[in-house]
Parts: sequence; C-alpha cells; structure tokens
Amino acid sequence: MRVVNKGQIDRSRPIGFSFDGRNHVGFAGDTLASALLANGQRLVGRSFKYHRPRGLWSAGSEEPNALVTARQIPNQRATMLELYDGLAAESQNRWPSLRWDVLSINDAFAPFLGAGFYYKTFMWPRAFWEGLYEPLIRRAAGLGKLPRSHDTGRYEKAYAFCDLLVVGAGPAGLMAALVAGRAGANVIVADEDARMGGRLNAETIQIDGQPGDQWAAGILAELASLPNVRLMPRTTVTGAYDGGTYGALERVGHHVAAPGADLPLECFWRIVARRCILAAGAIERGIAFANNDRPGIMAASAVRAYLNRWGVAAGRSVAVWGNNDDAWRTAQDLAAAGVRVAAMLDSRADPARAKGPHDFPVFTGTQVVGSRGRHGLEGLQIRDPKGTRMLACDCLAVSGGWNPTLHLSCHMNDRPVWREDIAGFVPKPGAVPGMSVVGAANGTMDTTACLAEGARAAQDCLKDLGMAGVDVDLPQADDGRFDISPLWVVAGQGRAWLDFQNDVTVKDVQQAARENFASVEHMKRYTTQGMAPDQGKNSNMAALAVLADATGRGIPETGTTTYRPPFVPVAIAAMGAGGRGKGFAPERFMTSHLPTVERGAPMIEAGLWYRPSYFPRPGETTWQQSCDREVRAVRTAVGVADVSTLGKIDIQGPDAAAFLDFVYINRFSTLKPGRVRYGLMLREDGHVLDDGTTARLAPDHFVMTTTTAAAGLVMRHLEFVHQALCPQFDVRFISVTEQWAQFAIAGPKSRDLLNSLLETPLSESAFGFMHCGEVRLPGLTARLFRISFSGEHAYELAVPARYGEALFRDLCARAETMGGCAYGMEALNVLRIEKGFITHAEIHGRVTAFDIGLQGLMAQKDCIGRAAAQRPGLLGAEREQMVGLMPVDPLQAISAGAFVFAQGASAQRDNAQGYVTSVCWSVTLSSHLGLGFLRDGRARYGQELRLVDHLCGVDTVVRVVDPVFFDKEGTRARG
Amino acid sequence: MRLSCPLCGPRDRREFYYYGSDDYLNRPHSDPQADASSGGWSDAWEDYLHLRDNPAGRLRDLWYHEGGCGAWLAVTRDTSTHQVFDVALVVDLKGKAGS
Amino acid sequence: MRYSGLKVLAQGVMGNRGWRPAWRTPAPKSEYDMIIIGGGGHGLATAYYLAKNHGITNIAVLEKGYLGSGNIGRNTTIVRANYFLPGNSEFYSHSLKLWEGLESDLNYNVMHSQRGLINLFHSDGQRDAFARRGNAMINQGDDAILLDREGVRSHLPYLDFEQTRFPIYGGLLHPRGGTARHDAVAWGYARGADQRGVDLIQNCEVTGIDIQNGRVTGVQTTRGPIRAKKVGMVAAGRSGQVAAMAGMRLPVESHILQAFVTEGLKPVIDHVVSFGMGHFYISQSDKGGLVFGGDLDFYASYAARGNLPMVEHVMEAGMTLMPMIGRAKVLRSWGGIMDMTPDGSPIIDKTAIEGLYIDCGWNYGGFKAVPASGWCMAHLMATDHPHEVARRFRLNRFATGHLLDEEGTGSQHNLH
Repeated sequence: MRVVNKGQIDRSRPIGFSFDGRNHVGFAGDTLASALLANGQRLVGRSFKYHRPRGLWSAGSEEPNALVTARQIPNQRATMLELYDGLAAESQNRWPSLRWDVLSINDAFAPFLGAGFYYKTFMWPRAFWEGLYEPLIRRAAGLGKLPRSHDTGRYEKAYAFCDLLVVGAGPAGLMAALVAGRAGANVIVADEDARMGGRLNAETIQIDGQPGDQWAAGILAELASLPNVRLMPRTTVTGAYDGGTYGALERVGHHVAAPGADLPLECFWRIVARRCILAAGAIERGIAFANNDRPGIMAASAVRAYLNRWGVAAGRSVAVWGNNDDAWRTAQDLAAAGVRVAAMLDSRADPARAKGPHDFPVFTGTQVVGSRGRHGLEGLQIRDPKGTRMLACDCLAVSGGWNPTLHLSCHMNDRPVWREDIAGFVPKPGAVPGMSVVGAANGTMDTTACLAEGARAAQDCLKDLGMAGVDVDLPQADDGRFDISPLWVVAGQGRAWLDFQNDVTVKDVQQAARENFASVEHMKRYTTQGMAPDQGKNSNMAALAVLADATGRGIPETGTTTYRPPFVPVAIAAMGAGGRGKGFAPERFMTSHLPTVERGAPMIEAGLWYRPSYFPRPGETTWQQSCDREVRAVRTAVGVADVSTLGKIDIQGPDAAAFLDFVYINRFSTLKPGRVRYGLMLREDGHVLDDGTTARLAPDHFVMTTTTAAAGLVMRHLEFVHQALCPQFDVRFISVTEQWAQFAIAGPKSRDLLNSLLETPLSESAFGFMHCGEVRLPGLTARLFRISFSGEHAYELAVPARYGEALFRDLCARAETMGGCAYGMEALNVLRIEKGFITHAEIHGRVTAFDIGLQGLMAQKDCIGRAAAQRPGLLGAEREQMVGLMPVDPLQAISAGAFVFAQGASAQRDNAQGYVTSVCWSVTLSSHLGLGFLRDGRARYGQELRLVDHLCGVDTVVRVVDPVFFDKEGTRARG
Repeated sequence: MRLSCPLCGPRDRREFYYYGSDDYLNRPHSDPQADASSGGWSDAWEDYLHLRDNPAGRLRDLWYHEGGCGAWLAVTRDTSTHQVFDVALVVDLKGKAGS
Repeated sequence: MRYSGLKVLAQGVMGNRGWRPAWRTPAPKSEYDMIIIGGGGHGLATAYYLAKNHGITNIAVLEKGYLGSGNIGRNTTIVRANYFLPGNSEFYSHSLKLWEGLESDLNYNVMHSQRGLINLFHSDGQRDAFARRGNAMINQGDDAILLDREGVRSHLPYLDFEQTRFPIYGGLLHPRGGTARHDAVAWGYARGADQRGVDLIQNCEVTGIDIQNGRVTGVQTTRGPIRAKKVGMVAAGRSGQVAAMAGMRLPVESHILQAFVTEGLKPVIDHVVSFGMGHFYISQSDKGGLVFGGDLDFYASYAARGNLPMVEHVMEAGMTLMPMIGRAKVLRSWGGIMDMTPDGSPIIDKTAIEGLYIDCGWNYGGFKAVPASGWCMAHLMATDHPHEVARRFRLNRFATGHLLDEEGTGSQHNLH
C-alpha cells in the first residue's frame, strides 16, 4: 500500500492498468511492480518446475519471479516495465489462473523431481520418449508463451562512438561522468533505469547535506547541459566485446502507451568506447532457509526502494533480517515512514549496529528457520539462542549481503577474485582492456568512497586519453561502514530455495555434490542452478557456498561459472533489427528490371540479384510453354537476355596478360587484342573456382567476366593473388559489374537485329566468333562481344548502365518484329544444357578441370591450383567425370537429385556410380536431358544405366552420352 | 572487434573478410617443366594449403578489407585474447621479403 | 547403481540420500594400457567403447578441466545423419543408429529426441542439391522426405512465406533427425566408462607426450608422468596444442562458433529447422529455451567467445525466417572452439608415431558424431585398423587428394 509523503511518483497523474484482467490504478513514475505492490498484489508468478506461488523479490532487472506477458511479449520483468495507460499484463506458467494453478500439484511430487531426476528415468519403453514423456515435459516446462504470429514491432540498431562510456549512473558513475564531462571528453552515460541516480533514488542517504536523489538530480542537470555528454537512460549495456565495443539495449517505446509508427520499442546500440568505467552497482542476495520463496519475502534493498522511490510499503508488518549493517537501513527507513517493523533480526551475535535506542524490536543472533502462508507470507519461524518461536508478519526484508555487478568485466573470460571482507567476488583489475570498475561493482560499499573512486577513475581515463584532468570537490555522504558476517544457508528441515526461477534447493546442490557433480559447472548443469532468466544473479553465490561446503572446499577454490553476454535478456528483434522480410540481405536489380517486370516475368533470386524466370505470353498457362517458345526463338530467330549480373572486372596494366596467365589455367598472353577467350580458373587447392570469358580490348586492357555467383569471390581472389603472390606485377583491376549493362543477343537472326541498331552494320566477315570491339549505337559507344552461351550465333552488347533500360526495351521490340523475344533463366538453362555448358550446378566446388574434361586447357606454365590439381585423388578413372545423360524413353523426365547405378544393381550407396546435376526438357531435341557426373564417365559413352530418385519416385534407364547434346561441331555459333 | 587498416584507420570487424594464417603468403615455387614427373605436388604444398601451427596465442593472419579499400592485411594478434598487436599491408611485407 | 523410474521413486521416498557418485575420483596410476587425452564427448565415448566393445578397461581419460567441459556442453545439440558424400554417409548413419540405442546402452536418459529436422531451400538449384542429398541418405538406408512449399508450411506454419528475402521453395525433412541433451551424453558415457573400470581423471592437464624411437611411451601431466603404450589424442579445438607435443602439425585451424539460447518459452518450435541461406538453425529445448546458432565468427580463435557482427547476423536470419521469434529474448550466448579442417570432415587415424592415435577435425559437427567417433576410435586403438565406417577419415587425405568436402568450399579451414 502507498505511504504518504514518500516516493518520487507523481500522484497527480493516475494511470490505469490491468493484471490478469483486473483493473488497477498506479501513478506516473511507477513500474508495474511498484504499482502491483501498491495495489496489494503479492502473488505475481509461478515457479518453473513446482509451480510454487511467487511474489516480487527485487526492484530491478534481476527480478526472478515477477515475469509477465505484455504486448504479446513474454517474460518481461514487472520491475522494469514502466507503467503506461492501458498496460495489460498477464501472469505466466499457470493454468487456469495464477491463484489456482493445476500444476502446483507438482510440488507434492517434489521428492521424485529433484536434481537430474530425468536423467535416470523415462527410458522405458523407448518409443515412449518422443510419444509421451517428452511432450509432457515440454508442456510443463517453459515460462511465457510466444505467439506464433509474426512479430511486427518496430526495432532499430545504431552505432555510437565516445571517449568514455560510463555504465551505471549511481554515485560512482555520476562522479566519473562529471569529471570526464567537465574535462571535455565525449562521454556516454548508460543506465538501465528510466531515472538515473542508481541507489540514490532508493535510499535516504544524504550527500553534502542534500538528499541523495536531489544531489543526483543536480549532477544530472549539469551533465545534460554539457554538449559532449550524452545521457542514455533505459539503456542496459549488455556485453563487452573486443576492441572497446559494447552492446547496449535501449528501451525506447516500451513505456509509451501508444508508440507512434516511427518510435521503436527498442534500439540495440553498438557503442565503441576508447575507455569504459563500469559502475553498475551491486545486487543484494538473500539467505536460504526453509520455504524462503513465499510471496512477501523480498530483498531488503527492494523493500527500501519500493518505500523510498515509489512510496509503497511492501507489507503492513515488515520483519527485517540480515547478516550485515546494510539491512538495518531498511528497518530505519520503514519505521521513519510510519510502517510497522515487526522486528529487526540480525544473524550476528553482537553487531555494533544493534546499539542505541531503536523504534523497533531488535533480535540479534537470530535466524529465520521457516515461514508460513500459502499465497503470501503470514509468519516466520525464528530461532535465537533462547529457542524457536513464531513471528507474525506479512513481509520479510532479507539481506545476505551484496554481490558486485561485475558481469561485464568477465565477458572476456577473466574470472573474478574473492574478497573476504565483503564476502563477495570483485572484478579482476584489467580483465577487460580499457575498462575500469568503480563503486559497489568493485566491492566498494560506502557511498563516500564510491564517489571518490568514480572521480579518480575518470581522471585516470583522461590521462590515458591524453586529456587534461579537472579539479572537482569530492562530496561526502552520511552512510557508515559496511560490516558483514557471511550467512548463506540456515540449516533445518524443509526445502530452502536457491534459484527461485528454476526451483533449485539447497538439497539439490548437496545431492549433486553427493553424486560427484562437484565442479561448479557440473553442479550448475546438473541442477540447472543459475540457468534461468536471471542467470543466477540472485542465487549463484549461495549455491556456490553450498557446493563449497558440501565438497569441503572454500568458495574461491570452488570458483564461479562463466559470465556470458547478454547481461540482461535481449529481444531477438532488437539484435536482429532490420533483418525482417527483405531487410535480411541487399537486393540487386538489373537495369532491365522494370521492363522485365512490366512484361510479367516472374523474378527469381540469383544470389543477391533478381533475374527473370521466363516471359509469359497470353495463352501460355505453364512456365514450360513460355520456356519452350523462348528456346525455339533463340534456335530459330533471335532472343534477348540481360546478362549484366555476370561479374565484370576491368583489368589494366603492362603485366595484365601475365597476371591472367597466372590466375587462369590457360594462356591469355597469346590472346590478340580484339579477341575473347574462355578461361577456367582454379582455387589453389586444384578445384574449379569459376569460368568465364575474358576479352582483350587492348594489349594492356582486359575485361574479365565471372559467373553471377562468384563475382565477389573472384574479385577477392584476384586481389589476393596480386597483393600476396605477385605484387611485382604492374596491373590494376576494378569491378565494373554495375557500370555496364550487358545483353545477350542470340540466334540465327542476331546479326540482323544488331545491324538494325548499329550506326555501321557489321559485315559477314568483320566480327568473327570470339571477337570483341567497340561499336557505335546512335549517340553512344558500346562494347560488342561475339560470344555464345546458347550455342547459337550470338553477341553480347554492353553499354554504360544508364542506357541499359532503354536498350533492353529497344532490343526486345526489335526481336519481336523478327519472330524473336526476350528469354529468361529457364530458357537460358535449357540452351546451355543442350550445349553441355557448365554452371555452378556442375562446378560445385568438388570438381576439377579433369572432371569436366577441360584438363587439356592447362598450359605449361605455373598457375593457381596447378600443383594441387595433380594430387592422385584428383585424377584418374576413379573420378566422377561429367557426362550427358539421355533417358532411353525421351519423354521420361529425369531429376537433378537422382543417382545412377548399373542396371540391375540395387539403389544403395555402395552401388552408386554417379549423380545428376542439371536437367531440362529439350524442345530442340524432343527429349529430356541431363548433365551429371559418372565414375570414369568419359569411357562409358553408350552405356545404359539405372537412374533412381527415391524422393521423386523416378526409376528409369538413361544412356551415357557426350555432354554436348546439340551441334557438337559448334558450327552454329561460329557460322 | 575492430582492426586498424593502415589505409583507412580503425574499422569494425564486419568490413573485413578473413582468410587464414599467413602460411598462405608462402606459396611454394612451382616449376611446371620440372613438375611433370613429380606431379607438381610436394610437402611444401601440404604446408602451404593445409597444415597449421594453429597457436593459442600470437598469430599472424590474413584479412581483406573487402568493405573498404580492398587491401589485404597481415594482422598480428593473440588468438586467446583477441588483442591486436599490429596490422600491416600484405604488399609491404611481400616487398620486404623481396619476392 | 542402475537408474530407473522405480529407483527414482524409492530414493524420493528416502529423501534422495542414497544416490551414489556417478563416477569415481581416482588418483592417476603410474601406468595404463591406454590413455585418452581429452575428457569431452569423443574421449569419454572412446573410453567407453574400448571397455565395452574391446574389453580394454585399464584406461585413463585425462581431462584438463572438468568432464565434458569443451564442445560437448557448448553446442546446439543437433543429431542428424544427412550427409551426401560416401565416407561421411556411412559414418553418421552408424552414429545415428548408436544414438537410437544410447539410453538403454548407457542406462542414462540423454533425451535423444527424434523430432525431425527440416533443411529449407530457396532456389531450384538448392532444391536439386537437397534432393541429391536426400537420395544419398536413402541410398545409405536413412530417411529423407522432400517437402514442397506447402509441405513445409504444414510443418512450420510460423515461417514467413510471404515477405522473406529468400522465399521458401521447400525443405528436406529428415524425420530421424533431432536433438539430445548435450551434457547428459558426456555424463552417460563417463558413468558407463567409470562403471567398467576406466579412470576418469579431471583437472589433469597433459603437458608432454613421451616418445622414444618413434614410439609413444606415455605422457607428462600436471599430476605427474603416466606411462602407456597407446595414447589417443581426442582434444577437439585444442588438438593443435596436443599434437604439437608430439612434434606434429595438423591440418586444423581452431575457430569460434557462437550459439544462443532464449529464456524459457512454452512449446512453439517442434522441429529442428535449418535455414541455409542465412546460416541459421534452431530448435527448442525440453526446458523451453530456443537454442540456435549460425556460422563461425570466421577468425581463428581460442577465446570461446565471439563478437557482435555474427551475433547480429544470426538474429537477423532468425527474423527474416520466423519473425515470431523477435519477441523471444536471448538469455545467453557462448562460443565453442571448433577444430576446422581443410575439407570440413574429421580425422580418425593413426599418426606417424607408433601407438599415438588422433581423433579430431570435427569442425562444427562433432556432437552428433560422438557415439560413432568413440566407437571407431576405440576400434582403431584396439585393433590398429580403421573401422569400416571411418576408413576415409585419413590424416593424409589432404596430401593425396581424397577429400571429403561436403560444402565444396575448398581448402580454406573456416569455410566449412
């Protein structure tokens, strides 16, 4: 319930929200957690395994229990959800309701469901695992529900750069930012809270005679006025990565009732910082005792935060229990605010802090040994030297000490070091290059020292950065020293909980140790301790202590598990922002894209490009009809295709020819200017990298074409070969793929079409097969290549890209008047299969020049891949060599996934002789055709083999033939 | 992760393509005439293409500034900590080696 | 102690105080018949099958850290037998058969769940390649079903079939593919080996390999020298360092592979889904976390942690494929050290040193291989002959050119 005159909420601005369908009212400045607590909602969730009733434990992002679903997003911490009008939150992992949850029956079977029980059972009968046991386990497990609808929320990513990143805007962080900011450094201050100030907003500490939160507000105002300081509230730094890169999640729109279309819910930042100061504070831990998980049992610091920041009393009658001085603040603050303190319990026998008059009953040397209350705490069983008795209360504020929030300092593999005086781990200095850790995150527990440490760390950073420091007065805070006497677990009957989320008890950890899961990693993995959404932030220390005790080791020898990013869970949508839909990869469009789409061509992905599959005409109902027509047009008239997607690399320099001799297996130094040659390129390991034609435009000027798929790869390869292997060659090259639009004009009438366009028509003898040169089109100079991927008399005409669209329209129109047409990828594929030309379906990475019958090209010279290609395993009859495959029944379709076997052999691996890589229906030859690889294939032309595709139900007989099915002599292309 | 390209300055890792250790710089000399009998393959090629010291520590490896200037870089760094000690242009190294 | 549902009940009634250690903590003896360097999945399985199949029990498994502290506890838990090339096909097929009997063999529930694996394809060319792979699987005697787009939709209705950059043409369903609980595999083998008398020695780092006259005689460790006539190096990402102690250079480069898990969610993804265009694969653990991963970070590393570029790429791939997962939150990321070979396939072979054997090069496919790897390595060490299904995993195949390059990407270690 609310406490008058407390808190930083705005009571003039009520906000309506609902929880599990019930309407409540909170105030501006509330989180869902504080508002629920103010409305008396103590039961907020159910645990993972036993479905135990659970209430709020903390007031921060480490919250283990209050996980809710809102805006269809599961597993949101109520402690981090700022209240907005109409916020509708649902509890999770319960059915039919939070209060009456059927699976709470699991709790009754807890003795049989302890650590690792599932490794020891559910094994018989075997078939029951997938059929029965696993589905049951899966349904019982899990927390929130992920809707199967597409996430449509808006998320963004961004970069930021700074001299100094300050993580955490508590006293230490604020002082660091102030010093660096005043010195003129570019500073980013990131804090996961909506309101900066850290614990100062949750405590009644005075700094320089001012209430802590007001002091913080003053500093923040100054920082906000500095142009070189950027304050990033609601921003959690999630990970430390190499080179001073930090990941950070900013919650941008979650707290807005109706985020506009342009407001992302979250933004994931990549912050590159020259230096970082980690001032992330500390997280309070509990003490394990029997039934310590009831709603109403909370971290003492959270009870103070709800009181001081949100004006909420966590109970009507609050007991406070701790093993350290810090716990006492809770009782003090509560009593001062008029909340009844049932008792102040201190486990220490005679703490100095207990002296003096108090406004509440004080019991020292006292432990809590049990609790009662089904859906919420009703009383405690306490034990002091005099005996055991009950203490009535509805809230217990527990403090077992503080764990420094050192996670980011461990993201680069270093482990933290143990500090006995605070009974906690602290960061190892220098664990992350460029990062210093200050304040409570560094184990410094009093505020005055934190302030000084922050300032000093900033001065050191400034020095590192070569910037002048500034003088600041170090403020003084009024909180005293911090004494602690470790207490992890209270021995006794009943289950004492460590990991609230995963339902791990002290006994589970002890059992793990008994079963020799003695390494801390074994214990974690066996019991699931620390593997829940809070990643053990609330419980790992106590579990370590239990394990250390059970195995007879100290805590430092036992060690911690590994701290891994992210510090808090991050939505996949945030780190994957921009990837949804088409955003996953760039889209590349040919200059002919628009006219192609206008012609109704379905566009298909070819790498990052879009290319037309076929150009349908009225009356054609299947792609096959269009494809057949296009093939016929090329074979009998003329076809036009955009081939601009092929890589084009412009290569110039006195050593250009020598360089090409080195990267291709065949020679280019012998190629005359004005001629084109087919080239085959190997990887250094002797397998085919790519093929294509390269034209020599001038003695020192070549244009290489690559396949569409390998354009980038070849460019990178050429750069490597030049820079690393032959830097003495005077040659330069650059990709001109996007500078030139290039169109294939193929078919018996291709010259006629071309001549209708050229200013000076080509004569019969002027431009022979494999010639190249410049030609004039009306108003521009183009490049012409007499090359053919269809086997027909054909040209490729290249123009500067800005003319591409117009030229394509013109070419298509002219072709159509001559009985021709544009053709797409389907027809292109048929045309090349008929000719036995390879694509990456054949040169799939395991193929050598020998395999495709082109080893004859290899000239007597060194070249990339030459030596490796000579390895015995890559030569000889055992190799699968490329062949043509024709079905004995020409109308029998064959498939590109099929294998071939000897006739009569069963279709199993040992008998496989080869496989099919490409197939088509050849309208030219009225037969289905295939290209494939067959063991010793070139020696087997004429053989008939069994072709089997189990998946598609094909089992037929094919004849092995030369892969050139059509016009073996090549007269059509040359003529 | 960031690398300082000698030509472009400090850049994000995603601008770079990774190849492998600098063994790839030591391509064996290959004489196509003499090779005919041996098949051209030798232990030197096995070292060049396949075998690696693969140190858990200091390594010099090859990166390509694909999203930048197109330079191949030899980066000296620690494979256990990811600390970068030095970034050099491959062409400079090859020049020094006199090849 | 035999595990069973009855035992769980009986122990529950008695307060679970009677459970005995899953394995002993023996002190190393001065001599063993055989030593396995590496107490990960492959090493433990090797020891188990040496004891079970070959009756060799005077064995020590030497582990630098804790049992199963390497990739066996740091992977995406996928189990499949969907390879294309002879050499790989029969090996992974054998492994899957061992998986199918693993629970009863080990008397340990490794939660092997054959929920089906679907590899998506996004072009005609990819469909052909997957069909070819599917046929290879059936040729081998395993199972595969080619799904068209609607077939995929019936299994995975939550994928984005409309807006995605690389439209879904179909998928290859491998019904026997699935997942298993990774740690349990290590523990099951460890317990089984221990019960048969194998000494599992943790926190014992091998610092030297003793070789005399071309023959191995034992190892030096942080816990003293140990003699043995046969030593198996089964050290995954650290194989390079171990082999270096024997003066060997391996065809291996160690790389990081990151993986991710979300917070627990109610059942939503029932299969293993693999999205080749984005190098993204995902399944849901029985606890409810979505377990997913992508490609290598691509630079050589032993740091067992990665960087943001690949993290973000993996998330982006997930978003384009199945936008529903945008609302799920990544809880933890981690990295394993992958022993990448120049052809992407493993090595199980003798070395040039007599009595010294090696099992490495698992790239990022080692988890599913654990049973067959242990089986075949045990066979090799016991008989000095390669097992039939692992006969192509030779150390010298890169020199001879008898490669097993499934990806067809060539001799660049990080591309497989």
